[in-house]
Amino acid sequence: MHHFASLKLNGSKNTRKMINEQYPKIYLYRRLVQAKLFIDAHYLDNIDLDNIADEACFSKFHFIRQFKNIYRKTPHQYLIFVRIERAMELLKADIAVSVVCYTVGFESLSSFSRLFKRVVGITPSTYLMQQQIIKTRIVESPLAFIPGCFAEKYGWLEK
Amino acid sequence: MITKMTHVNIYVLNQDSALDFYTNKFGLKVIMDVPMGKDTRWLTVGTPEQPGFEINLTPITEDMFSKETAEALRDLVKKGTFGVGVFTCNDVYATYEELKAKGVEFTKPPTKEFYGTEALFKDDSGNWFSLAQLV
Repeated sequence: MHHFASLKLNGSKNTRKMINEQYPKIYLYRRLVQAKLFIDAHYLDNIDLDNIADEACFSKFHFIRQFKNIYRKTPHQYLIFVRIERAMELLKADIAVSVVCYTVGFESLSSFSRLFKRVVGITPSTYLMQQQIIKTRIVESPLAFIPGCFAEKYGWLEK
Repeated sequence: MITKMTHVNIYVLNQDSALDFYTNKFGLKVIMDVPMGKDTRWLTVGTPEQPGFEINLTPITEDMFSKETAEALRDLVKKGTFGVGVFTCNDVYATYEELKAKGVEFTKPPTKEFYGTEALFKDDSGNWFSLAQLV
């Protein structure tokens, strides 16, 4: 009940209409979104997914199924995905594979490399090398990456 | 034969603020961020699910436009004149809740329309978009 009270406080006429007619599962959605944001914020920690289900007031089974409905991944798969995505960003910033591995919350280099390859298609070290090559090319000839019409408009072509 | 659309401009009032909006709040990824001399940079973002499509966060500068045109365009953008496009998602209710929690301003909550369920939101400059889950 207190959920509803707090909602009423900040609910506009539109919001109430939406909840009544088209948005009956609003609480369910809010809890699942909170769980997803929790993973986004705490992917580094040793997250216990059972805890997240408890926090979200779901049984573990129900939680996993509902989460997958929305995000197309189980919470565990999603956690791995967030870590790998973050790893890609760090590798792009030219940080060594071993450092990246521990920075994004993996405990072993081999499991990191295996999972990275499964998600991205290449190993972290190949990815790092590719990114270094792309970066060098961008620094050497940025105009190769910028459509000419824009470059001309900006006046970058004369430089 | 035309194959694909690869770049689209969104005119923004401030590139730094737009970058924060489109990445940290809206969840896109930076594709290119190349400094091109003083005060200008080539800045594009996109979604990982649609590689090869870059949204160019274009500052309204007096390199590109006359002073009057730049001022007029800035005013129009600020006023929310331009509906720029549609982003689709798997689940519009969940995406709406998440983006709202991150501070994205919505002008219309998810609403069932003939072609799907759609919400409307604004970027930090005033450009507006549809966020849709198609049926």
